[in-house]
Amino acid sequence: MRIRTAGVVAVLGLALAASGCGGSSNDKPAAKESAKAATGGKLVIWADDKRTAALKPFAEQFGKENGVTVEVQAVSKDLQTNFVTASQQGSGPDVVVGAHDWIGNLVQNGAIDPVQLAAEQKSAFNETAIKAVTFNGQLYGVPYATENIALIRNTELAPEAPKTIEDLVATGKKLKADKKASEILCLQSGQNGDAYHVYPLYTSGGGYLFGTTANGDYDPKDLGVGKPESIAAFQKIAKLGEKGEGALKRSITGENSIATFTGKKCAFLVSGPWAIADAKKANITYDISPVPGFAGGKEAQPFVGVQAFYVAAKGKNKALAQEFVTNYVTKPELAVALYKAEPRPPALTAAFDQVKGTDPDLAKFSEAGKNGQVLPAIPAMAAIWDPFGKAEAAIIGGADPAKTITGAGKTIAGQIK
Amino acid sequence: MSTSLSGPEPAMQAPGREPVRSGLPRTSRTARNHAPITATGLVVKVVLLGLVAGIAIWVAFPLIEAKMWVGLAILLATTAGLFYLYLTPRHIPVKYLVPGTLLLIAFQVFPVLYTASTAFTNFADGHRGSKDDAVVAIQSSSVKQVAGSAEYALSIATKGDPTSGPLVFLVTDPKTRAVSAGDGEGLRPLDAGSVSVAPGGKVTAADGYTVLNFGQASVRSKEIIDLVVPTPGGALRSNGLSRAYEGRAIRAYDTGCDCIKDSETGKTWTADEADGSFVAADGERLTQGWKVNVGLQNFSRVLTDPNISGPFFGTLVWNFAFAIGSTGLTFLLGMAIALALHSPRMRGTNLYRVLLILPYAMPSFAMLLVWRDMFNTDFGLVNNLFGLGVDWFGEAWSARIAVLLVQLWLGYPYMFLVATGALQAIPRELTEATSVDGASPWASFKAVTLPLLLVALSPLLIASFAYNFNNINAIWLTTEGGPFPADNPTNGATDLLITYTYRLAFGAQGAQFGMAAAISIFIFAIVATVSAISFRRTRKQEEVYS
Repeated sequence: MRIRTAGVVAVLGLALAASGCGGSSNDKPAAKESAKAATGGKLVIWADDKRTAALKPFAEQFGKENGVTVEVQAVSKDLQTNFVTASQQGSGPDVVVGAHDWIGNLVQNGAIDPVQLAAEQKSAFNETAIKAVTFNGQLYGVPYATENIALIRNTELAPEAPKTIEDLVATGKKLKADKKASEILCLQSGQNGDAYHVYPLYTSGGGYLFGTTANGDYDPKDLGVGKPESIAAFQKIAKLGEKGEGALKRSITGENSIATFTGKKCAFLVSGPWAIADAKKANITYDISPVPGFAGGKEAQPFVGVQAFYVAAKGKNKALAQEFVTNYVTKPELAVALYKAEPRPPALTAAFDQVKGTDPDLAKFSEAGKNGQVLPAIPAMAAIWDPFGKAEAAIIGGADPAKTITGAGKTIAGQIK
Repeated sequence: MSTSLSGPEPAMQAPGREPVRSGLPRTSRTARNHAPITATGLVVKVVLLGLVAGIAIWVAFPLIEAKMWVGLAILLATTAGLFYLYLTPRHIPVKYLVPGTLLLIAFQVFPVLYTASTAFTNFADGHRGSKDDAVVAIQSSSVKQVAGSAEYALSIATKGDPTSGPLVFLVTDPKTRAVSAGDGEGLRPLDAGSVSVAPGGKVTAADGYTVLNFGQASVRSKEIIDLVVPTPGGALRSNGLSRAYEGRAIRAYDTGCDCIKDSETGKTWTADEADGSFVAADGERLTQGWKVNVGLQNFSRVLTDPNISGPFFGTLVWNFAFAIGSTGLTFLLGMAIALALHSPRMRGTNLYRVLLILPYAMPSFAMLLVWRDMFNTDFGLVNNLFGLGVDWFGEAWSARIAVLLVQLWLGYPYMFLVATGALQAIPRELTEATSVDGASPWASFKAVTLPLLLVALSPLLIASFAYNFNNINAIWLTTEGGPFPADNPTNGATDLLITYTYRLAFGAQGAQFGMAAAISIFIFAIVATVSAISFRRTRKQEEVYS
């Protein structure tokens, strides 16, 4: 009896196990069948939520045209880290979509391969965009959109675009005195600073982050933070700070700067294309112009960032991934669709010209980024953000620029290997 | 033993009754008949064991594929052991202990061991994989198109079966439109009459070859990538499925000198096994490194690097103040409210309780962000409501007070809840007896209620202390460790050890997992010591009052 009970349990258990195993083996023929229907291999693309939605129809079309299966998977959080970890384990995608400043880290982890574009393909792109995805003399991604910040102003409050930051402060102060606005300028800083948004002012004051090597790449050995130029730049920024003009304030953060602008509490906002949707929703009459520099100073250069497609080094279907990235992403239709998902200027000149007519803001943003600097993609850049931002915040709050920037420069140099 | 064990599953009970009587050889048959082998019990057992087998098979396939035989052996042994254990009527206590133990090993012991072993490596961005991985990455990222060489239109073809025949590249020279076939041996020109070429230059058909379409070619991706056709200038490589280019890997690994050689500049980078990178004579290192064992280097760096050890003591003091402050203040407020609501004269206690629980019911993640914005100097609710102009997160002490206030708001409902529960367990006769004896309410609270409360709540207070000691969210989502002294952006006034080290390990050039693991071992040692001391003291207290 006991043996029988054990026997029944064992047999039933085995049957169940077999069915469980059968379940998984059932999938395989099914998958094979669908693959056979498409006859081809499978391409897996990782992107963030917004781009996944825009990519899907095109990916499906690519699949249909070529008899392959294309899967676009949304990774909504930490796409870069997840991609590096997954490709190390061999479970990563074939293609990944992301910002160009990831390249340094992706290359040092052996996660992406260079792509080869023909000369005429390269020339179809905006020059800055191609420069951004070039790292160590190799092209590592195919760009599709660029982005940079600009000065967005409420034309009701400030009809004229300021030529210098001093003009801007004068206008802002007048508006404040007339009680038409409560802030001079909405340039986000927060308690820990924001290197990205203050960068145009830093360059206008004469500062730089990295020097360039002979072939035009950023050189991590030539660090500009802590050099006399950077101190001079921050001395000018300090004059706009809380103890000076009060144009730069730590209380203006990434969370409230756009809201303060759309609430008509400040006439000037330094932000990117992503702020436009809110401004439109709030019925603000606005105009876009380049971020002005200091009077008599150098040009104010914003960072230019690029979004790009990468071929994973450890993807299972690299040939197909190369085909998709080099021959399909380079078509303007896809760039236009991605623009519609999120309005950033397309990197393909043809696509840019196509959408320019319907969206005047685009040309203005692009104009503001014309003299911009490509956001450095070298791994050393990761060491800049935090100390630089904190130094900015401290100086805005009234700390001594020379001492603060020298300290930040030391910290950054200590972290760069 | 068996009678005290009354598990929820009848199936577990059934065999459980047997061994006790197994001393009686044949009468056990009748004994078993008393033991309730119910249908549900049997079904539950079968389903659970079937699930075990199913999971084992599901896990086995990837293990076999990855040729991880040790893992497979462990899997087999565990599964066989589980089957034996739950099919035999013996070993009752083990039946109860095994599920918990397995989960403990999988989710506690394994991560702890993994963290400890990571602490002895240089595992970090740029040092994630093996040396072979690094070499492959260096070589493949150095492939460049040969200067001045042409871009060919490519078709992938085979002489045999489309799914398995050896692959051949059919390439068309863009200028001459001449077609060649290339394989591992090299390029051979094809007769123009034997091929048909599409306007774009792609070969659509060739005598003696089957041209693969995209679908057919895409399943053989790896072979296509691996096929390199040698040419005088370098090698012809595929770029996708429709184009080929003449490329050359500029950098190659040389086993003789264990180094990477650059054929353009002649520079060499020699492998440094202690560091896991290729280093040139001038000190330049290639970014693609590999993971190596570095011994105690991470630990010694924590102790000797002035950037880390310099502000360590100050941070530690504040870390204790924060953990004790968060726990103590929430406990005091929670207990005070619990006492107030415990009074029999209180009316509407249920309504108050619901209102007081609210902060606890809201996700702390969101609430921390809301509080951060409420402490904003110009736009924050706190300053606007009270007409203040305090730069809350800008000054060291105001920032510390602000985070403690936020902690108080978030944490007191929990203390209120547990204190309410503990108070209700204290018999009212005790306090009544003290009042009969003429003690004031304060004296009675101090002598009776508080000690009894502490006996019940001490373990919770210790747990709360240990949690707050490492409460990264409370700091990271509010002040991010700030404000920072002007000349030192690595260590702020409200930094806890965990936020400080998080910045060190993940703030520089990418993530440094080895370093982070070493620091977390240090933090573990601190928290474990504090907890051990407190538990010992609690035990003494319990002995006094119980």
